[in-house]
Amino acid sequence: MVDKAKIWSLLEQVNDPEVPVLSVVDLGIIREVAGDTIPEIVLTPTYSGCPAMDAIRMNIRMVLLSNGYRDFKLTTVLSPAWTTEWMSEEGKDKLKAYGIAPPLPLQQVCHPGLFVREEAVACPHCNSYHTTLISEFGSTACKSLYRCEDCGEPFDYFKCH
Amino acid sequence: MTKDSLIDYTLHLADNALVLGHRNSEWTGHGPILEQDIALSNIALDLIGQARYLYQYAATLLSGGATEDRLAYHRDGWDFKNCLLVEQDNGDWAKTILRQFFFSAYQYYFYQQLAEGKDRELAAIAEKSFKEVSYHLRWSSEWVIRLGDGTEESNRRMNDALDQLWRLTGELFVPASYEKQLSAVGFAVDLAALQPLWQQRVADVFQQATLTQPASGWQQTGGKEGRHTEHLGYLLAEMQFLQRAYPGNEW
Repeated sequence: MVDKAKIWSLLEQVNDPEVPVLSVVDLGIIREVAGDTIPEIVLTPTYSGCPAMDAIRMNIRMVLLSNGYRDFKLTTVLSPAWTTEWMSEEGKDKLKAYGIAPPLPLQQVCHPGLFVREEAVACPHCNSYHTTLISEFGSTACKSLYRCEDCGEPFDYFKCH
Repeated sequence: MTKDSLIDYTLHLADNALVLGHRNSEWTGHGPILEQDIALSNIALDLIGQARYLYQYAATLLSGGATEDRLAYHRDGWDFKNCLLVEQDNGDWAKTILRQFFFSAYQYYFYQQLAEGKDRELAAIAEKSFKEVSYHLRWSSEWVIRLGDGTEESNRRMNDALDQLWRLTGELFVPASYEKQLSAVGFAVDLAALQPLWQQRVADVFQQATLTQPASGWQQTGGKEGRHTEHLGYLLAEMQFLQRAYPGNEW
């Protein structure tokens, strides 16, 4: 029998190498832990070109191997496509504490019209909503760049997707 | 045979994404300002990621030792099935932006329909990619407007870009032989249905950008069937160099 709860707890030790405060479970990219005799971990990428995915797969292997799992399967699925809605609330809190504004919920506008911005993104440092988008694209595919007009700090926003 | 057509179709989509991704990556470190350098590099990353999924799928259809790397790095120019638009040289910022806008508008509607298609693997890749392309389209649309309706110089540069690129947009909607074969069995996206959506989008953005859509005129085709402009050879020579010189080399 596969102890799925044990595997989930091990996966919580595997962090996103580009946003190291988030585990792969917080990020919502682990879709399923399945299998009767051999564990199968089903994961989905955040963005198609995310270079962290190869590192994440390797880190999952390392954690499982170092905990005595020799046979297991890693499966990648693309559909349904990953959304920031799958990020845990705990993960969003961790992001904010780390200085990255967490994604707004999807029921707000994710892809507004041209030159229209998403609802105000709160500064993770001083909580002000008086913030300005600097660039639609940031240091990684999943983020955009903002500046807080009150405390003057630039910050990353984990964009809703 | 349908399987051969499906392979060619998948390679066509992969080549489109890889070639434009590579073109955009040529801007990395050379963008006009840091934020836009990062933007184009991110778009390049998305496109190359999409190309990888498509090549991986083509490799499983091909079997016989095909891999995503062999498909990307060991095929010659006449094997590439990308449309002519994506292989054009970067030119100035205006040309790069307009090329991206024309192609993102196409990919946006294309992936939307492919996600509903009969081939489950292509549908899954399209569903994933569509979300990324939505960002590309928004970003490039805003830039077309900013430049077209900007200064005298930026407007002139956009019009120069338009002169160079417009004649390559018609090919997007002319089905290649493999697309016709797949359409007959309901596997390929209906390009004829796509064209008015694309035209409407271009018209809306051009209107805000104070740009005039050229009368349709003569359109160059051939890329989807492997007949390319001279630009592709230079791109491949650079992109494939390492794997050609040291086949199978890994980091």
